[in-house]
Amino acid sequence: MNKKSKPSTHTLPASQLQKIIDLLYDQGYTVIGPQRRDNAIIYDEITSTDALPAGWIDVQEGGTYQLQRRDDDAWFGYAVGPHSWKQFLFPAKKKLFTIERETFRAQAEPADKTRYAFLGVRSCELHAIAIQDKVFRDGPYADPAYSRLRNNAFFIAVNCTEPAATCFCSSMNTGPGAESGYDLLLTELISSDQHEFLISSGSAKGRALLGTMELPEATPAARERSQELLTRAAEKMHRRMDTEKARKLLLANPEHPHWQELGTRCLNCANCTMVCPTCFCSTVEDVTNLTGDTAERWRRWDSCFTMGHSYIHGGHIRSSGAARYRQWLTHKLATWVDQFGVSGCVGCGRCITWCPVAIDVTEEITKFEPVTRDTAA
Amino acid sequence: MENLKSVIGEHPFMQGLDEHTLDTLVGCASNVRYNAGDYLARMGQPAEHFFIIRHGHVSLEINAGPRGIIGVHTVEAGDVLGWSWLIEPYKWHFDARAVELTRVIALNGECLRKKCEQDHDIGYALMKRVAQLMEQRLTATRMQLLDMYGTHV
Amino acid sequence: MAAQTDPMLPRPFRIEKVTHETADTFTFELSQQQTNGNSGFDFACGQFNMLYTFGTGEIPVSISGDPARPQRLVHTIRAVGSVTRAMKKLKKGDTLGVRGPFGSAWPVQQAEGNDVVIIAGGIGLAPLRPAIYSILQNREKYGNVVLLYGARTPQDILFEKELREWRGRFDMQVLITVDHALGTWKGNIGVVPDLIKRVKIDPDNTIAMVCGPEIMMRFCVIGLHNRGMEHDTIFVSMERNMKCGIGLCGHCQYGPEFICKDGPVFPFSKIRTLFDIYEL
Repeated sequence: MNKKSKPSTHTLPASQLQKIIDLLYDQGYTVIGPQRRDNAIIYDEITSTDALPAGWIDVQEGGTYQLQRRDDDAWFGYAVGPHSWKQFLFPAKKKLFTIERETFRAQAEPADKTRYAFLGVRSCELHAIAIQDKVFRDGPYADPAYSRLRNNAFFIAVNCTEPAATCFCSSMNTGPGAESGYDLLLTELISSDQHEFLISSGSAKGRALLGTMELPEATPAARERSQELLTRAAEKMHRRMDTEKARKLLLANPEHPHWQELGTRCLNCANCTMVCPTCFCSTVEDVTNLTGDTAERWRRWDSCFTMGHSYIHGGHIRSSGAARYRQWLTHKLATWVDQFGVSGCVGCGRCITWCPVAIDVTEEITKFEPVTRDTAA
Repeated sequence: MENLKSVIGEHPFMQGLDEHTLDTLVGCASNVRYNAGDYLARMGQPAEHFFIIRHGHVSLEINAGPRGIIGVHTVEAGDVLGWSWLIEPYKWHFDARAVELTRVIALNGECLRKKCEQDHDIGYALMKRVAQLMEQRLTATRMQLLDMYGTHV
Repeated sequence: MAAQTDPMLPRPFRIEKVTHETADTFTFELSQQQTNGNSGFDFACGQFNMLYTFGTGEIPVSISGDPARPQRLVHTIRAVGSVTRAMKKLKKGDTLGVRGPFGSAWPVQQAEGNDVVIIAGGIGLAPLRPAIYSILQNREKYGNVVLLYGARTPQDILFEKELREWRGRFDMQVLITVDHALGTWKGNIGVVPDLIKRVKIDPDNTIAMVCGPEIMMRFCVIGLHNRGMEHDTIFVSMERNMKCGIGLCGHCQYGPEFICKDGPVFPFSKIRTLFDIYEL
């Protein structure tokens, strides 16, 4: 198969997925996969396919998320949960260095040599990782910890055939099928008598791993079924985001009265920024031990919804909720393009689901049409 | 007098005034010299003059009692000083003190007011200039009020 | 090796000299603590460092020293927050953490062949001082050089000795004003944008460099523009919250710009539309 220029697609019986997990552990990877915990699908270390959320679907809408039983026992029959892979590559809390008062030598934390294998990465999430690559790895200054973890990681994508109602990746060309950025790509095919995956590789690492498994070529019928599932998934998505239009509207309307309304509705809870797979703001905290001889500097996730985010001596630049909401949305959908050449949104819908007051970015963006002033007396 | 006229006409504040207006202004003008420490104006006193500063440096001050004398603005060559001559009750609200030898053209306020009443074109031309000056001073005063360089915690 | 490539690790610098400039502002002269002796700290005029005080925190501070004298790294700091107040307590021989230099520079090369108008307000004179040094060292390459400086009170005037020297030069015009003063002050009282009308400006052959509070810069830009200067010849230095200095933490965003890596020095034309948006 290595001789073929185009990577071929094989069939992987569901029972064989365990073998891939085992092989990855043999190669020194720590496998992270989806699991059901606290009534949500979350990502954590996984050693067995038994831990996968078999037979669960996440029913999502603005401000709500519920797990329900599926009619089948699909392992990847959900869309996306509150977690994203960001928490592994860009941990929510990380010690930057320890420093001794006496020597004043800042010692970086030993490099995290973990080699993650992420199982169940959605196409939108691959896009999110590619976006964070531009922020943390490919700019003039790189975050060495992110770069190392990310470059060492193994990505097993799973095509999304069960988008949630909050998803809008199809309109953003970020899903539901994965096109690049993975080492292995799975499509889950399940029927009353069969549970299998289509599997193909997207990198040398993936090809090598696949080469050690003797898997049959996928049948044309299976491929067709896979395509059909993806087409249907795309059709299921009713929310839309026109990235180009959104950008123009936001850049043209920084003083639009709708910001005030959003500022009133938004609770400034920062949930959207925490669940967003691309949000990258962080702050630092300095701590000393009791004797004051040793200090540490920690980095932790921050959010542009906090007051402190814009603090400079004398006050906060963005003191109103409206200004903070504007910063978030305008950055995400407009100025991100200026900064990194892509939109900061991948259409995963997490910010809609996890917003306690159900603010829906796909809906809000339509309200920024220019105001027509009534000049009549 | 021709000399006075050319000095007045060349002053930035008077830019664009026509010959007739300049001639009228000269009729109210005199050359005055103040030594360092002399007062051009005292708070509460009648505002008898409008000053065109030719040379020197004048400090607008207010006596803040126990806080001492507080300077609020300075003017120098190229500036003008005083609009109290134009506005009732024609009294100074600040002290104006020459910080160094200062030469001015002093335009008599009563004389100016009379001419302005007689010829509203002249009155309007002067009023426009005074209004602009007030706007500039007000903007500057507001910036000073902001205390831009202060610590605001 | 890894420690040297990590842009988030401060390097220790020893405080060689402390100068108390005003009641709340002081200048540190720093030397790099290295086992293999003292090496220079190269930077461009207008750039900043992230300065770390042990256990307290880290803040961005512009470099205020002479780029032609890289042996000493010079920072002028105003004690306005917890980190700067902790810095104010440091003495000669104490250590400070330094990361940098970061950010864009004043257009001192671009200004060659032109007149230069430098306008500083308050502590804003510190980030401009390296540019003034550079320009004066190559004085023959520039036309008229003007410095307009505004401070809060006469007691808040920074670098008084140097201001006197510069004012004494025949090839530089220096005008100073203060916002508030007692009657004993012999100088100007009034805001610094009002000084613009006092100087000769050839709008087609002048580069302006402006640094101070945003309100002050706003009125200076208006004043310069009224004198015929185009916005792309007026440079301003912006300030925002910064945690990293290298474009990773997201705090210093200003519309599409990161103040830390796209700025802090911008041609005004680049940020003109942002400047009028409140709470950006």
